[in-house]
Amino acid sequence: MNMVAKRPNRVRPAASIAPQDVPSDDVFLEIHNVSKWFGDFQALTDISLTIERGTFVCFLGPSGCGKTTLLRSIAGLERQSSGRIIQDGRDISNLPPSQRDFGIVFQSYSLFPNLTVNANVGYGLVNQGLPRAQIATRVQELLDLVHLPSSGPKYPAALSGGEQQRVALARALAMQPGLLLLDEPLSALDAKVRVDLRHEMKQLQRRLGVTTIMVTHDQEEALALADVVVVMSKGNIEQVGTPMQVYTDPQSAFVADFVGHMNLLHGTAQADGTVRIGSRTLQLDPKQVDGLSGDVLVSFRPEDVMFRGLEDATENQLQGYIESVDFLGAFSRARVRVNGFDGAVFEADLSANMLRDFGVDAGSTLSLALPRDRICIYPGNERTAGLVKSSTEERA
Amino acid sequence: MSAQDFEASAGPAFPSVDRGRLVSTLGLLLGVALLLIFVAAPLVTIFLKSLQNDTGTFVGLDNFVRYFSSAGLVQSLFNSIQIALTVTVIACGLAFGYAYALTRTCMPMRGLFRAIAMIPILAPSLLSAIALIYLLGNQGMIRELLFGNSVYGPIGIVLGITFYVFPHVLMIMVTALSSADARLYEAAEAMGTSRWRIFWTITVPGARYGLISAGFVVFTLTITDFGVPKVIGGNFNVLATDIYKQVVGQQSFSMGAVVGLILLFPAILSFSVDRVVRKRQVAQMSARAVPYAPQPSKGRDRAFFVFCSLVSLFLVGILATAVFASLVTYWPYNLTLTLAHYDFNAVDPNGWSSFTNSLEMAAWTALIGTCVIFLGAYFVEKADTLPFARGLLHMLAMIPMAVPGLVLGLAYVFFFSTPTNPLSGIYGTMAILVLSTVVHFYTVAHLSFVTALKQLDKEFEAVSASLKVPAYKTMLRVHVPICLPLILNVAIYLFLNAMTTVSAAVFLYAPDTKLASIAVLNMDDVGDQAPASAMAIMIVLTSVSVKLLQVVVTRSLLARSSAWRQRDPG
Repeated sequence: MNMVAKRPNRVRPAASIAPQDVPSDDVFLEIHNVSKWFGDFQALTDISLTIERGTFVCFLGPSGCGKTTLLRSIAGLERQSSGRIIQDGRDISNLPPSQRDFGIVFQSYSLFPNLTVNANVGYGLVNQGLPRAQIATRVQELLDLVHLPSSGPKYPAALSGGEQQRVALARALAMQPGLLLLDEPLSALDAKVRVDLRHEMKQLQRRLGVTTIMVTHDQEEALALADVVVVMSKGNIEQVGTPMQVYTDPQSAFVADFVGHMNLLHGTAQADGTVRIGSRTLQLDPKQVDGLSGDVLVSFRPEDVMFRGLEDATENQLQGYIESVDFLGAFSRARVRVNGFDGAVFEADLSANMLRDFGVDAGSTLSLALPRDRICIYPGNERTAGLVKSSTEERA
Repeated sequence: MSAQDFEASAGPAFPSVDRGRLVSTLGLLLGVALLLIFVAAPLVTIFLKSLQNDTGTFVGLDNFVRYFSSAGLVQSLFNSIQIALTVTVIACGLAFGYAYALTRTCMPMRGLFRAIAMIPILAPSLLSAIALIYLLGNQGMIRELLFGNSVYGPIGIVLGITFYVFPHVLMIMVTALSSADARLYEAAEAMGTSRWRIFWTITVPGARYGLISAGFVVFTLTITDFGVPKVIGGNFNVLATDIYKQVVGQQSFSMGAVVGLILLFPAILSFSVDRVVRKRQVAQMSARAVPYAPQPSKGRDRAFFVFCSLVSLFLVGILATAVFASLVTYWPYNLTLTLAHYDFNAVDPNGWSSFTNSLEMAAWTALIGTCVIFLGAYFVEKADTLPFARGLLHMLAMIPMAVPGLVLGLAYVFFFSTPTNPLSGIYGTMAILVLSTVVHFYTVAHLSFVTALKQLDKEFEAVSASLKVPAYKTMLRVHVPICLPLILNVAIYLFLNAMTTVSAAVFLYAPDTKLASIAVLNMDDVGDQAPASAMAIMIVLTSVSVKLLQVVVTRSLLARSSAWRQRDPG
C-alpha cells in the first residue's frame, strides 16, 4: 500500500517567497515500508507514504497510534527497525539527526531557559560561525516573521506559552530547513491561543513554502491546518486525503469514528442493497453496498439527521424519541431512540431554530430521516466491534 | 535552501557517526573503564584475597572457618550488632521526634534547630568520641551522670555514633515527613478522628518507608564507623576496629579481607532495602497531593521545643566541649586558656602539613569528583548511543554506596599495592587518596546529577541535533549553567566529606600525605588529646567556612540567573 500525500490543486499565494517555483508533483519525502518495534510492541507496521514538496501534512490519530514514532523516525530521533526514508532524493535512513535536514518544534517548547530569545533563535547560526551582524539580522527577520519583533533580549521564562512556541518556531526555521517537523506544537496551549497560533502557522507555512509535517491528536486542528491528513491507528495508516475527503468520505469505520462525531450502529447488509438495523430497513447508496454482506456498521453524522422538509415520499423516515438534549451553544445535540432499532441510540444535531420551531425537549417525539447519501456502512468485525461500544457507552 | 548543500554528498546510505555521537560514545566507554578499574577491580581483589592465605595461596573458605572459630573475632561481630541495634533505636527515636517537630509543628526557631542538627556533618566522627572523654571520661566534667559506669566501651560508642549519625537520619526523616498529603488529614478530622489515631493511621504509615530506610542507614553507618570505637571503645572490640587491627596491627591481610566482606554484608542489605523503599516512596505521593501545613497548638509546640532544645544541647555540647578541650592548657589541672595546642608542629612530626594535605586532597576531590561524576551522569542520562554501556555505567555508579570506607580502603591496598599492577605507581600518593574519596562518595553525587538532568527537557538533544550543534556544546552552554547550583552543592559535599573522612584513608595514607582526620586519630592514640581536639576543630572551621562560602556564592549565582531561573532547583 503506497499512499501519496499530494498537494491539492490550489492557487499558490502571490506572496510566496519560496526560492524557486517548484512543480506541483515534486516528491520531497518518500517513506518505504517502515516498521518500528519497541521490544515486543510494534509501533509502526510497514508504513509507506509519499509527501510532495511544499505540502502541509498532518499525522492524525489517538495516542499510541504511532504518529509520533513516525515523525521521530523521519527526524532520525528513533531508528526504524526496517524500511527506508528518502528525503529530497537522498537516502537518510541511517543518518544521525545532525546530518538530516529538518527543523523541529516540540509540545514542551524545549527552549533553552538560560539563553535569551535571540540566543535561542540564533543557536544553530552561531555554531556555523557566521559573522555576528549577519546572525543578528537573520534572528531579527525570524522574530518579525513570528510577530515577536521586540522579544529578542527576553528570557523564555518571561514569555507566555504561545510566545514561547513562536520562538521555538523561529528557532526551527533559522537554519532554513527543507522540512519542518511539528510534534503536537499546540497541545500545551490555551484554547484561544491555540486557534490564533494555528492560523499563523498556516500563513507562515504558505509564505515560506516549507514542507511541513505536524503530529496531532486533535482532529479539528488537523482539518483546519493540513493540505493532507494522514489518519493513523495502531501503527497503520488508515487513510490519506484532504481534510474534506477524510471528513466526508471516511474509508474505514475507524476514520469515521475518529474524525468528527459519528453515529455507529450495528446492522446487517441485505442482498437487495438495503441495511437492517433491528427490525427497520434503511435504503443505501448503491456504491456503499459494494461487496458487503452480513454484519456491518452503519454510520451517519449527527448533523446529517434531517428533520425539516420531510414528505411522505422521503426515504428512511423514522419516528424518534428524544431521550435528552445537550445545549451546546450554536446548536444542541439530542440523544434519539428509534422504535425497532433494538434499543440503539444515536445522536442528532438540532439547530437553535429547530428547537424553537418544534419545541423539542427531552420526551418529545419527532419525525426524522436519514438521507441515503449520508449513510456509510463498514464491515463489522472484531476490529471495529469496539467502536460501537465506545460510541454508545461514552455518550451514555 | 540548505537542502541543496546536501545534494553533493547524497549517495548510498552508510551508517555515519557525527562528532557529538563520537564524543558521547568515547565518554561512555571511558566512564565504564574508569569505574571498572577503580570500583569493580579492587572489590574483586578483596574477594579473592579472602580466599587466599597471607602468602597468596588459594585456601578456599579456610579464612572464614578460622574467623568463626576465633572466639574474640566472633565476639566483635556480636558487639557490633548489639551496638548497631542500640544506636538504631536511639538515633531513629530522637531523629523522628526532631523531624516531626521540624515538619509537623509550629515550634519556634525551627530554622535554628535545623542548622544545629547539621553540626555533626562538619566534623570527623572522632570529634564526638574525644569530646565524650572530656565530658564523661575518668576525669570528665560530668562523669557523675554515668553513676560509676565507664564511658570507655559500649556507652561511649553508642553516644558518639548517635551524635555522628544524627544528621543523616534526620534528613531522611524530614524528607519522609515532609511529603504528607493535607487532604488525608482534613478527611480524618472531618470524621472526628482523635489525634492519636491520626498519628498511627496516617502519619506513621505515610512515613514508614522513610523510617525503614533511616533504620538501615543508621545500622550500616554504625557498624562500619571506625573513628568512634577506635577512640572511645577501650577493650570493647567491634568489626571496624578488628579490620584495622588485623591489617595494620597484625599485618594479616587475608583476615582483614574476611572481616571486610562481613562488613560488606549489612551494607549491601541496607543498600538494597533503601533502593526498594525509595521506589515505593516516590509512587506514594500523587501529583495532586496538597502539602500539609501544621496548625499552631501551644502544648504540643512547647513540648517539642523542650525536646529539641535537649537534643540540640547534646549536639552543641559535644562541639563546645571539643572547642574547650582544644583551648584549655591541661585538663583538669590547669584551666588557663591557650592556643598552644594549635601549634601542631610542636606535637606531631607532620604538624600543620596534615592540615594542608587535607585541604589539597579535599580540593582535588571536589574538582575531579564533580567533573567526572557530572560527565558520567550526563552520559548515563543523555547519550543516545550504547544503551548497554549506559546501563552498566549507572550500575557501577551505584556500587560505592554499598561499600563501607574501610572495605574500600582495604580493597585499594590489595589492588594497587600489587607491584604487577601498572597503576601501582599511585600507591602511597595523594592521587590514590583523591581517587578513593571520589569513589567512596560517588553514588550520592551521581544520583543527584541524574535526578537534576532528568528534569531538564528531554528534547534539548534533539533540538540541538536539528540545529547541527554537537551535543557536548549544548551540554556546556545549557546543561552546565542550569545545573550550576547543584554542581556547586556536589563539590561542597565532596569537599566536606574529604575533610572529615577517616575510613578509607586510614589504609592509604603515606607519611607525607597524612591527612588532618588521620592526624586527629594518631594524636589521640598517643595521648595528645588536646591537639587532637584542636585539629578536629580546624576541620570543623574549614567545613563551616566552605559551607558559608557556598551559601554566598549560590546566592549570587541565583541572583545573576534569576532572570531566567523560574524557581530555585537547588
